[in-house]
Amino acid sequence: MPRLHKDKMRTDIMARIAQTISRSDSKATAETPDITERTAAGGETTRRRRPSPYPHWFLLPAAIIYTVLFLVPTATSFWYSMTRWDLKTATFIGFENFHQFFSEPFLVQGLVNTLIYAALTSAMKTVCGLGLAVLLTSDIVARGLLRAIVFFPVLVSTIGVGIAFTVMMHPTRGVFNVALASVGVAGPGWLTDPALALFSVALVDLWKGVGLATLIFIAGLSAISPDYYEAARIDGATRLQQFRRITLPLVRPATVTVVTLSLIGGLRSFDLIWAMTRGGPGFASDVIASVIYKQYQAGFYGLSTAGNVILFLLISVIILPLTVWFQRREVEQ
Amino acid sequence: MTRHTLIRTCAPIALASLLACGPASAQTTLTFLMVTGSDSMAAAEALAKAYEAKHPDVTVEIEARPGGSEGDNLIKTRLATSEMPDVFLYNSGSLMQALKPETALLDISDLPSQAGVAKDFKDVVSAGGKVYGVPFGTTMAGGIFYNKDIYRELGLSPPKTWAEFMANNEKIKAAGKVAVAQTYGATWTSQLFVLADFYNVQKAVPNFAADYTANRAKYATTPAALKGFEHLAEVHEKGLQNPDFGAATYEDGLAMVATGQAAHYPMLSFAVGALKQTNPDDLKNLGFFSQPGDDAAQNGLTVWMPMALFAPATTPNKEVARDFLDFVASVEGCKVGMSVNTVQGPSVVQGCDLPADVPPAISDMLPYFKEGRTAPALEFLSPIKGPSLEQITVEVGSGMRAPAEAAALYDEDVRKQAKQLGLPNW
Repeated sequence: MPRLHKDKMRTDIMARIAQTISRSDSKATAETPDITERTAAGGETTRRRRPSPYPHWFLLPAAIIYTVLFLVPTATSFWYSMTRWDLKTATFIGFENFHQFFSEPFLVQGLVNTLIYAALTSAMKTVCGLGLAVLLTSDIVARGLLRAIVFFPVLVSTIGVGIAFTVMMHPTRGVFNVALASVGVAGPGWLTDPALALFSVALVDLWKGVGLATLIFIAGLSAISPDYYEAARIDGATRLQQFRRITLPLVRPATVTVVTLSLIGGLRSFDLIWAMTRGGPGFASDVIASVIYKQYQAGFYGLSTAGNVILFLLISVIILPLTVWFQRREVEQ
Repeated sequence: MTRHTLIRTCAPIALASLLACGPASAQTTLTFLMVTGSDSMAAAEALAKAYEAKHPDVTVEIEARPGGSEGDNLIKTRLATSEMPDVFLYNSGSLMQALKPETALLDISDLPSQAGVAKDFKDVVSAGGKVYGVPFGTTMAGGIFYNKDIYRELGLSPPKTWAEFMANNEKIKAAGKVAVAQTYGATWTSQLFVLADFYNVQKAVPNFAADYTANRAKYATTPAALKGFEHLAEVHEKGLQNPDFGAATYEDGLAMVATGQAAHYPMLSFAVGALKQTNPDDLKNLGFFSQPGDDAAQNGLTVWMPMALFAPATTPNKEVARDFLDFVASVEGCKVGMSVNTVQGPSVVQGCDLPADVPPAISDMLPYFKEGRTAPALEFLSPIKGPSLEQITVEVGSGMRAPAEAAALYDEDVRKQAKQLGLPNW
């Protein structure tokens, strides 16, 4: 598989691969061809294009559903984003909605908040999820129970979680600050301090979402053959070395999934923020999704559609290159 | 049950009339779309029952809808698809204007009961010189609830100017009490100091509403209009609020002022309805005064008009719908509503006086009405209200944004609404 970029960075990457192979253990070499084989096989089937035994119109029902439910709404939303729309009449106004949306004084903050929130929750979920997964795949007491407990918040309604934490984060009566006060510390206004509100919500998001990340990492860790660790131990590798040289590289598919999912989730997150702060205090924890929702509530249907188009483009712009980059790295490994 | 008995008693009468005079009108069903909520629902049921008793050939069927922006969407969609019930409840003023009344609603200007309805109200349910709605419920006012016990204890009297109000607040704070309850956990409650100041704004700048609608007057550049934002900031700067003002809710605020934890709570008088449910025994300790301005001689009250009942232009039961609306706007209909609904202020129907036993917070409002010291809130004089006001006022009331900057920000917000409505000059 000739790859241009590989030529450019050949020396660099080759050196690193060589390092990885020689340092960790010989089993890593076994893994590398395995992945390339799989990709190569996949590439070949698409390239060969054996004629399908089924007629093409078998696709028709699925195509109709996809067109009606996905393609048509996407196309119409692009149209409505360029109109002033009151559900009955739509007046074409060109790009004025987009202009308005970008001149929205709170939008820039909302945009920055969205990126902070997405990056922060995604990073925390990846790190904590991996840590918990390593813990929960090791030999500890009540492993099954602990796994269930970590996963449990994922099953609870987000709105319920939001309301419960809002009560617990109340500046004077909330359980956090009451506990802090009992040891003589004046707790912060978790959700009422504009500098803190977004981070408080992100923490709750971590509590709620880390279970899913852990689950994915557990699956990824279980797929790593214990032989690697055994061989590494025989070679005298420490636990930390095992983690860095075996676990981290081999759990990469799970990492990619977790990062991508939690980043998309973070970029379009809305329900938790809305339940806890409604974007407040003021506009301090507004994200794009809550700005859009407020435009919709106010009856600015064209403007909020324009906001959704912007959100769609933003997610595409961030996630597409990220996925491509991850896949490339996977192949290179 | 009642409806069944009604039908049972009425059926023979209907049958008799049928035999007596040949083909007569059969049973008509009038559909009535109401907002959920025990208070208004009870009033709607009482009105339906009273009307059915007077008109045995009509059955009124009540349907409930959600309130808030969800309700706005429902109303607009139903009108657009011609599926609106014969009679429905909706806001008067700017929200009603957004329904395009000239084409969507039934003209009721010539109903006999209109003669007894106050002009102030007719103005906010009219378009192009025609009246489209009848009042449902009473007027309410925006101002400041105060705890009478604290006032007695500290020897204070209700202020007539903002300076007096702040002097009272300092004394209350010195006595170790919360002077002003603020509840930004429910963001909408943060708007009161700005919205309830409108009586003072229109006294200082009589043309403000018209100029503001025409894009000639701005909050940021009109000193009188900017005052509301400044007051809000001042209350925060002087540390007069409850410590948990950022998280407290509307219910917390009501409880605080009712039980004497706080001396003042700026709020709409409809809070009396909620207090009746939660703190019925404390109502006697609650008084009400208008938001004071600069001049004691110009003291007055900002008033919110009642919601209204409308009929869609497409209703197949035009005559019955008009007759029902006529009944609701009559003194008799007004009394029926008042007997079950919480009274929040005087009625706009002439001759429909308040019962003698209204709570003091309501009776405190009456002198303003009697002496003509009232003005409608801005939302009844102009179709534009920016949707982000409540977030902006939270910022000002929390010390996050300076009043002048906030007013300028709100002017931008208003521009958006004006453009959406397609107003000229924007």
